[in-house]
Amino acid sequence: MAGMSPIVRTTARLLFPFTFLFGAYVVIHGHLTPGGGFPGGVIIAASFVMLVLAYGIERAQERVGFTRAEVLESIGGLTIAILGLFGLLAGVAFLQNVFPLGEFGRLFSGGNLPLLYLAVGVKVTAGILLIFYAMLFGFGGEE
Amino acid sequence: MAKIQQALALAMVLTTGALLILAVTLTMPAFGSFPQRQIGESAEDAIGQQILENAPEQTGAANVVTSVVWGYRGYDTLGEATVLFTAVVGVVMLFRVARRSE
Repeated sequence: MAGMSPIVRTTARLLFPFTFLFGAYVVIHGHLTPGGGFPGGVIIAASFVMLVLAYGIERAQERVGFTRAEVLESIGGLTIAILGLFGLLAGVAFLQNVFPLGEFGRLFSGGNLPLLYLAVGVKVTAGILLIFYAMLFGFGGEE
Repeated sequence: MAKIQQALALAMVLTTGALLILAVTLTMPAFGSFPQRQIGESAEDAIGQQILENAPEQTGAANVVTSVVWGYRGYDTLGEATVLFTAVVGVVMLFRVARRSE
């Protein structure tokens, strides 16, 4: 995959940070506004997919490669499980909140909910990206 | 032969449709009624009502959907994330095998 015309490349390059920022916003504010880890992760993955479509597979591989996406996906899943174990360590149920709740409506509030959503965002981003890469490689995009 | 088969198929479709309509009219709740699972006696004790009232101070999140998804139903969402993980692993395995056999 060699990439597309300069018009598409420039548009994708200009749009990429905004799409990424919007996805990160949706993930981080998941406990305050509509959204959360799953849709935000898909938006972040879409920003990378846009780069792949415009520049070809090599340029995107430099930023987030196949192995790095696999590792990120596993780290996201592990983080969820470990955050759940904090509840068990504190003597309450699995995944139950043991962190301070904070002030209602602020960014740092809601105990473990923002952390869980952050982990899910990383996991979904890496997962969607992995599916995309796997399909590209399957049709002969690798090497 | 084809005529008989067509008639049989039509009869089967009509019978199934009639049974479905019968089941809907006889056993489903009335149109517009929204029965919630209740904890106690009155409708005020329904789970949805309880969550709406208590979610902000119990979970500290302004988004009630989030407090349900990761607060009250954390196990369910952990399973959801596992489903995504399984789907990714399946797709990666499938396309790696397809690539090797080329």
